[in-house]
Amino acid sequence: MSMLKLFQRSGSAPVARERLQILLAHERKSVGRSDLLSILRDEILAVVAKHVALDPDKVEIRMDRGESVSTLEVDIEIPSKFATA
Amino acid sequence: MSKVIVVTSGKGGVGKTTTTAALGAALAQAGESVVVVDFDVGLRNLDLVMGAERRVVFDLINVIQGVAKLPQALIRDKRLDTLWLLPASQTRDKDALTEDGVQKVIAELREKFDWVICDSPAGIERGAMLAMRHADAAVIVTNPEVSSVRDSDRIIGMLDSKTEKAEKGERIEKHLLITRYDAARASRGEMLSIEDVLDILSTPLLGIIPESEEVLKASNIGTPVTLSDRSSAPAQAYIEAARRLQGEDVEMTIPLVRKGLLDKLFGRRAA
Repeated sequence: MSMLKLFQRSGSAPVARERLQILLAHERKSVGRSDLLSILRDEILAVVAKHVALDPDKVEIRMDRGESVSTLEVDIEIPSKFATA
Repeated sequence: MSKVIVVTSGKGGVGKTTTTAALGAALAQAGESVVVVDFDVGLRNLDLVMGAERRVVFDLINVIQGVAKLPQALIRDKRLDTLWLLPASQTRDKDALTEDGVQKVIAELREKFDWVICDSPAGIERGAMLAMRHADAAVIVTNPEVSSVRDSDRIIGMLDSKTEKAEKGERIEKHLLITRYDAARASRGEMLSIEDVLDILSTPLLGIIPESEEVLKASNIGTPVTLSDRSSAPAQAYIEAARRLQGEDVEMTIPLVRKGLLDKLFGRRAA
């Protein structure tokens, strides 16, 4: 740790403030209505599961909620016997 | 005209019961007739903080179920003539709290008292919903800490949609009370500041209660903090908050808790 860091005030409050603002902006939108990202996730998985036996361990889902843009990443491993069929 | 207030927060342990007792006592000291009502069925504690735990005979559920009449369940404070307590029951059955029953009891309390202050249980379940249901105003207790602020935001959303007033298209009056505030830490950027919290929750501020050992001391001896040491920083902050509730215009100050030299040297913090 550099000497400079040692004397700097930690100041975690601005981080807390920013995290809260992003989170609440999202939560307020989804109150009453359901959350679009979660609906997409559930429906995409349902559609895939209709055709392929899903192995829960081979499904990776990442969501990132931002203030203006959110992303949904769905990574599903499909066994080759299905892929070539 | 009487006023029904719910003290709520979503998150547990932020100081709802302390606040209910302190505001109730402060209003009673100002000559108002006050009843504090414990809605935390199964986990009652307001009786303990008020120092009336050994005097509970009947409770809110008994009144709702018709086992006892309201006057039989009300406990008069030994220190203040105009302060009363309606305890919660220790039974685990939360379903005993019915919507109709609560409505009847609140209506009856409205006729008897100037102020009906309801101590909500934590969470957003049935008990919390019923505690806020018939309120005219809400005191939202928040600590300057991320999880508490988030839960307060959620509760504010419920106050604006799930209360009787909201359903009638009226607005429930909302007041934010920030508790366990440490001005020194906030100024060092280690704790969310008052401005941060107000900015995020955009709800008018009722008061700032400093982190202080007086609060624990008061609950230890079963006395509302506004009665145990009127001159202490948290007591003063609660007394001023109560005056604001009454509609008085009291200048907002950020309370400072004086620490002894030893506390400073060893970095001991208030309980």
